Amino acid sequence: MSIKLKALLKSPWVFHLSTGSCNNCDIEILDCLTPRFDIERFGMLLVGSIKHADVLLITGSGNRKSMERAKRLYEQIPKPCLVVAVGECALSRGMFIHSYNCPVPIDKVIPVDVYIPGCPPKPEAIIAGVVKLIEKVRKSTEKK
Amino acid sequence: MTREEVLDDLRKKFKDDIIEVFDKSPKRVYVEIRPDSIVQVASYIFKDLKARFNTASGVDLRYHMEILYHFLIEDINLLISLRVKLQKQKLEIDSLSPIFEGSSWIEREIHEILGINFRGHKDLRKLLLPDDWPEGVYPLRRDYKEWDKNVIRDRGV
Amino acid sequence: MEKTIIPIGPYHPLQEEPEFFLLTVEGEKVVDIDVHIGYNHRGIEKLSETKTFDQSTFLIERICGICSTSHPFAYTRAVEDIIPIEVPERAKYIRTIIAEGERIHSHLLWLGLAGHFLGYNTVYMWAWKLREEILDVMEILTGNRNNYAMFKPGGVRRDIKSEDIPVVIKKIDSIVSTLEMLKKAVIDDPVLHARTKGIGILSKEDAINYCALGPTARASGVARDLRKDSPYGAYDKVEWDMIVTHNGDVFDKVVVRVLETFESIKIIKNCLLNLPGGEIDANIKDIPPGEGIGFIEAPRGECFHYVKSDGTNRPVRHKVRAPTFMNLPTYKATVIGEDISDATIILAAIDPCYCCTERMTVCNTKRKKIYNGKDLIKLSREKTEILRNKMGVK
Repeated sequence: MSIKLKALLKSPWVFHLSTGSCNNCDIEILDCLTPRFDIERFGMLLVGSIKHADVLLITGSGNRKSMERAKRLYEQIPKPCLVVAVGECALSRGMFIHSYNCPVPIDKVIPVDVYIPGCPPKPEAIIAGVVKLIEKVRKSTEKK
Repeated sequence: MTREEVLDDLRKKFKDDIIEVFDKSPKRVYVEIRPDSIVQVASYIFKDLKARFNTASGVDLRYHMEILYHFLIEDINLLISLRVKLQKQKLEIDSLSPIFEGSSWIEREIHEILGINFRGHKDLRKLLLPDDWPEGVYPLRRDYKEWDKNVIRDRGV
Repeated sequence: MEKTIIPIGPYHPLQEEPEFFLLTVEGEKVVDIDVHIGYNHRGIEKLSETKTFDQSTFLIERICGICSTSHPFAYTRAVEDIIPIEVPERAKYIRTIIAEGERIHSHLLWLGLAGHFLGYNTVYMWAWKLREEILDVMEILTGNRNNYAMFKPGGVRRDIKSEDIPVVIKKIDSIVSTLEMLKKAVIDDPVLHARTKGIGILSKEDAINYCALGPTARASGVARDLRKDSPYGAYDKVEWDMIVTHNGDVFDKVVVRVLETFESIKIIKNCLLNLPGGEIDANIKDIPPGEGIGFIEAPRGECFHYVKSDGTNRPVRHKVRAPTFMNLPTYKATVIGEDISDATIILAAIDPCYCCTERMTVCNTKRKKIYNGKDLIKLSREKTEILRNKMGVK
């Protein structure tokens, strides 16, 4: 396993990006930080700058205005990075699929590694999703 | 002032401007006025009757467009909706933003989603839609058609 | 003095939603502000025209996750106004309980975020820990943490079981003591006083001119609350007080929100204890042609829905006006003239909710001057020197 990837899996720093969501997923993500769920137990930390992040948590149905920004942010994140789509909107745009301002699903613009369904997913589900992602990457690198 | 006094006052004061008064229920009144007199009627309701401007809502109907300006008089719990009908050939109306700031954003929104021009509005930039949205395409009009060729509308399953 | 433009956003560490401010500053004073929104616009008004009246409630709920009761509440009242029909008494009480539960969790959420904006993370953690208890209560009552799906035109979808009531009341009572502690910690805290008192003042005239709503208006001395002005639900049947303060600064907005949570708890308890029996749904069959208006007091202010029907099962037009839409432009009155370091908390003080506002601008890079690292260090040294001289510290 490369040293970069090892460091990433030990303590993934998370950046949260909302691309036109209803705020529920964003709040559940913030909820993960607070005392009841406390994701810092797993070494995860929500960071303010994309340039410090290892994992990109992306929510929302991706509207025309914010997807331009999302593309630029994805270019800035240090690679290797992992992308997690949180919530039904980020998966398939949910009930906003026919909206004039949400032209394409997010995974057509940014490669997504893990999908966490739910409207909104519970904090437990978000934590489980990210933990599963870490395990998956660890296993896939150990085999090599 | 009671509810009846307010309505009588409006009828008397703007005899030539009011086309129709529809008294729907104790809490709701719809007043249809001529488009040219919107500034006088609205500023009277806002300043003299001490009403609060709720919002404006534009509708695209088959033969004309309609803007409703909603004002709530809190003391007597009466919602007055000023109805203005605009012909589709001439989609223009005077802006209310010089009278009170609260109408500035909603006029920007109506301008971009329905294409109604507000005369005298200082800042009619786009509010919600992206800057590369094509000119002359208004999403809430009835004849709106998908203009983007690259959209994907299936869930990929 | 030369002017500098400082862009904040659209993706900024302090904001969990995308929005974009351009602050023009002279030295440290903000002289102009430009707000660019639209990063959350999803065209819900257009989508609502393609859904039936019943389906629309689920769509409307997803306008905003925090206001997921206020929007359906206003929408169902607009649909009921078309017919017109009165909802059964029990449904009114249940609606009130859910709406007030939402108000508590929304105000606590804001309080936490405000602490976070000030760099006071203790308040953030405490408030959000307390908020979990409210979410538990909502989960007992509705089955969901957010997006309660309780509202339908004509009533509510789910009844409150009588065996749940004592559990909920016990839970709410346990919240009150922690909330008291939080109130003392926030309202009597000297650090918070120093950061929020006398900052970002919205005068009463401005509040009226900008048509400000909710706690933003009530903190400026405008006694404007639809629950009193135009009673709906069960608000005229239970005892509660409207909280109004007069300074209009950030601190007063904090006080209004904190004290309102106590009133909400009072309302919930009263409603639960006096819950009348009977039906919970008026069973609406057809919706005639016509137009209806529904407005309610959401946590952030008045939430306004206008629905026009032509007699089919789909609305012709559905207009949504969220409270933040009216509160956001007040920035022009509050931020200008303040220090740049206070700008974030003033921007946060109205409790902006962009998802609501944009149901439905790229950075202007014409900067006058670009500072590099060396310039910034030089500037900060100069500022420290000025402060030292001012305070007489060597």
